[in-house]
Order: sequence, then structure tokens, then C-alpha cells
Amino acid sequence: MKVLIRGAGVAGLTLAHALARRGLQVEVAETRADLAGGASWMAGGMLAPWCECESADEAVLALGRDAAAWWERALPGHVVRRGTLVVAPPRDRAELHRFAARTSGHQPLDGTAIAALEPDLAGRFREGLFFPGEAHLDPRRALRALHERLAAAGVRFHFGGEPALPVTADWQADCMGMAAGEPGLRGVRGEMLILRASDVTLSRPVRLIHPRFPVYVVPRADHHFMVGATMIESDAQGPMTARSAVELLNAAYALHPAFAEAEIVETGVGVRPAFADNLPRVRRQGRRLTVNGLYRHGFLLAPAMAERAASLIAAGDGSEEGELAHAAHG
Amino acid sequence: MLTLYGNEYPSRLLLGTAQYPSPAILSQAVKASGASLITVSLRRESAGGKAGGAFWELIRGLDVEVLANTAGCHSVKEAVTTARMAREVFATNRIKLEVIGNADTLQPDVFALVEAARILTAEGFEVFPYTTEDLVVAERLVEAGCQVLMPWCAPIGSAKGPLNLDALRSLRGHFPQVPLVVDAGLGRPSHAAQVMELGFDAVLLNTAVAKAGDPVAMAGAFAKAVEAGHIAFQAGLLEPRDMAVPSTPVLGKATFQ
Repeated sequence: MKVLIRGAGVAGLTLAHALARRGLQVEVAETRADLAGGASWMAGGMLAPWCECESADEAVLALGRDAAAWWERALPGHVVRRGTLVVAPPRDRAELHRFAARTSGHQPLDGTAIAALEPDLAGRFREGLFFPGEAHLDPRRALRALHERLAAAGVRFHFGGEPALPVTADWQADCMGMAAGEPGLRGVRGEMLILRASDVTLSRPVRLIHPRFPVYVVPRADHHFMVGATMIESDAQGPMTARSAVELLNAAYALHPAFAEAEIVETGVGVRPAFADNLPRVRRQGRRLTVNGLYRHGFLLAPAMAERAASLIAAGDGSEEGELAHAAHG
Repeated sequence: MLTLYGNEYPSRLLLGTAQYPSPAILSQAVKASGASLITVSLRRESAGGKAGGAFWELIRGLDVEVLANTAGCHSVKEAVTTARMAREVFATNRIKLEVIGNADTLQPDVFALVEAARILTAEGFEVFPYTTEDLVVAERLVEAGCQVLMPWCAPIGSAKGPLNLDALRSLRGHFPQVPLVVDAGLGRPSHAAQVMELGFDAVLLNTAVAKAGDPVAMAGAFAKAVEAGHIAFQAGLLEPRDMAVPSTPVLGKATFQ
């Protein structure tokens, strides 16, 4: 059985992996010239289902708690399991307590404990939270590595092609995010920065609580840091605004003043595909399937969605028309 | 019935639409609140053309009158431009005018506010100014043509509730005919009831509902508190007094003396 996947973002590649593992023949068509540029490329790569439940539905925890293990199996060595650190300046302590009340799986930290986890933050914060079960990865390295492995395993890739690539397949799976134009899908614009700060060392994602602008800093190789991300109800793809840049930089500076000397390596804009409840869906109509609405949880929820979609394809005969699998609630 | 610029509204609760966990929850919270007016922040990026269209569709789908606001504007020019843009996008002359003067407290820049209100009312806008509880500023806004005043009771999103009850009471006393809406700083339903008991005409909420553990339930709780406070004001509240007044006459009782 052959499956054509449209879209080589995190949804498409995780589905390709899940299908290939089940022994199915897979082709992936991507309209972009390569892996770069889509929403997945701009992702933070945090596998942080407990933190996300501060504002997300409980389903995000249920679907995302095994994500780190999935990525570890798929890409050994890519997942960093060092948890998430959440800190707040003294004046935003109330917000930190609110964050703690809305989430689970954390331990309270005092200044000494924060310094023990991240020595560079010593003396800067008196109160924080530690989420030991969380993990992170570098999304770009992960996408590239997954692509290489899939290609080596016989998955055929067609980059820079038309979406209506004439490939005969038994099943088609649309994993195109905003480009899918699904009914009910909206765009949530996110802006991010990549900084290089040679004076700062962090070993895990750090979230800075701020009443107006929560922000996270994710360490990447060679003193690079991803700082993100804005959440704007818009599907505009245009360049980052000055206001967003100021907010992100301010937050990074509040976390550590040495970020003032950082090089701005990249500013990025991505549009996250989301449904009204901000939860993802796998939908099936005959032998055509869509995976969409991963919102700000691409790397966190794509594995669960991919496994569900792959099981549907491997098991189903596709004869029932219009069947919907709301995987998020399934 | 709450009357603002000649329009009647069955509910005295106005609801903001930012910071909800998802549009689906926003939609349920608006329904639970019974709000007949919702405010929407008009960001430049999502204002024009197709961008942000899905969110606007969702807001329109709520079938509740939309009051666009100039949230995030820091100058007269910015606020006036945003208001004009809102007029095009929503085909309405109504605008909630917000000019921020301090980034930490989000305190309105009342000087810029009065100036922007003058410009906009001259252009035919019906301005809903977000202001402080300052009486003189309120007078200037009314002179500028505002027919409703929306004072804060504490900084936006602070959830502190009324910090200066005397000033709010004095505003009510000075402007018996101008609709007064407490716009920011409410954290609990009891805060909303408290300002409604002072005789305020309505309250506008956002964070207290959007950031609640269960925004939909909290929207319903606020709706009840606003209604209770308003009915209590109309019913006539007792003034506090120093001495006890027995609720049952004791004269003539056998044990008396």
C-alpha cells in the first residue's frame, strides 16, 4: 500500500515515519524547495506538556506526555531531558503562583535551587518552578535528521513541486498546515528571534513569567538561543514588527543582562495552524486524511497525531465517507 | 436598560476578547456572560485585508455588538489612526479610546486621551474613553464630546478591585447623567458588585474572566454579580451606622430591662 503525504513539516515527517515503520510505502510532496521556512522550522522545540497546560486544554498533556519518548526512539540523541525552568521577577510573583496553580508536575524552587540548575541565573531570581519531566530538541536538526533517515529507509521526497503532484497512491494525507485551507482553520502568527550570546550558558528551556508577555528562551548548540514567541491572531506572513522584537529582546534581557550583547542571528515569522479549540485533529474522508491544527504544539503533539493517523491508514479500508476522527478527544 | 450613545443594551457587563485559552472558550464565555457588547483590540497587522480574517469571522459569529479598541496605542496619532482603521473594518463610529501613558501600569495618558477624544468626536466618532478616576480629566472628556466615561478602578489586569472608592463615588455624584463604566482592574465578582452598588452603569472585564481557571464559569459568576449590584443600587442600600439597630423590636418583651 502506498501513501502520499503532502507537506514536509513536522506533521508530514512524523506521519511518514509512523507509516514507514508499519512497512507502508510512502512518498512526501512539499511545495517548498526544502525543509526550511514553514511553521515547524520556526518552532521552539519544547516538549513541555505540563507547562503548556497553564493555558491549554488537558488533552495537550494526555497527547503530549509521551512525545519525548517518541522522538528519542525516532531520533536517538536528539532529545535533551533536562526539564523546564520557570522563573519570575519579584514583582510578578503572583503570576508565578498562578502558573503553579494551573499546572502540575512541578517542584517549587528558591534562589539557591535555581542557581544549582542554571548557574548563570544565580542571584537573579528568588522563586521559580521546575518541571523535571519535560524535554526539548532542536527542531531544525530534528527535521533534517528525520528527513535523512526517511530518505535512507526508502521514502521518496518531491521538493518544490505542485501540491497536485501526479502520484498514484492508495491513500493521501494532507499535512500542509495553513496551506491546506481546511474549514475552521485559522492562523496564529508567531515571531521569534535566534540570538547568539557567548556569555550565556543555559542547559534547558527557561520560561520567564511576565503579566503581559510570557516568553521562553531555548538553548541550542554553540551558545545560540531561540527566543519566542508572540501569539497574534493573524495569518500575515510579513516581517517581524519592531514592537515584537522589543518585547522579545526585553524579556531576554530581563532573564540575563548578557543578552544585551547577543548577536541577533535571525528573526523569524511563522503562522501556526489552529482550530477554534486550539487542539489538533486527524480527519478522514474515504482514503483521504488530514492532520492539522497543531497550533503551538507541533513537535509536542505531532507524534501522537501521526500514530493515530498511521493506525487509521494501516487498519481502515477507507470505505466510510466523511468520518471524522477528532483525535484530540479520542 | 443600559443606554450608550442612544443604543440600548440588555446586559450591564461588557467583555473583552483577549487572552482566552482558545477562541472556542472565548465564544462560550461570551455566551455565559450574556454580554451585549464585546471589545476587540484592533491590531494593525490583522486589520487589513485577509490577514486575521478567521479571528474576525469568529468574533462576528458571536452575534454580539463589537466595540473596537485602540489598545496598545501610546500616542494621539497612533490612537486616531487606529480608530479610523476600525471605522473601516467594522463599519461603525464607535471606538473604545485607549492611549497608554506608562508601560508598567498601563495607566492612560490622560492628556493625549483628551486630545484624541476631541479629534475623534469632531470626526463623528462616538468615543468610549478609557480613563483614570480623575474628576477633572472626566470633565475635559465630557467637554470634548464623550457621552460615556470608562474609568479604571485599578491597573489593567491587576485584579485588585476598586482602589479609590471615594473617587469613584465622587465621579458618580458629579456626573449623574453620564453613563459610567468601570473599565479595568476588577478581579472578583464581588468587586463588580461593589462598583455596581455605587451606581455605576456597567463594568467592562477581560483578564478576570479570560485568565480564570474556568473562564466560562467565571463569566457567568460576573454576570450574576453585576446584576445583583445593580438591583441592590436600585433597591436602595442602607447606610452603615455605628450603633446596632435591633431587627426585632425589643420593647414590651417580658425580659426587657
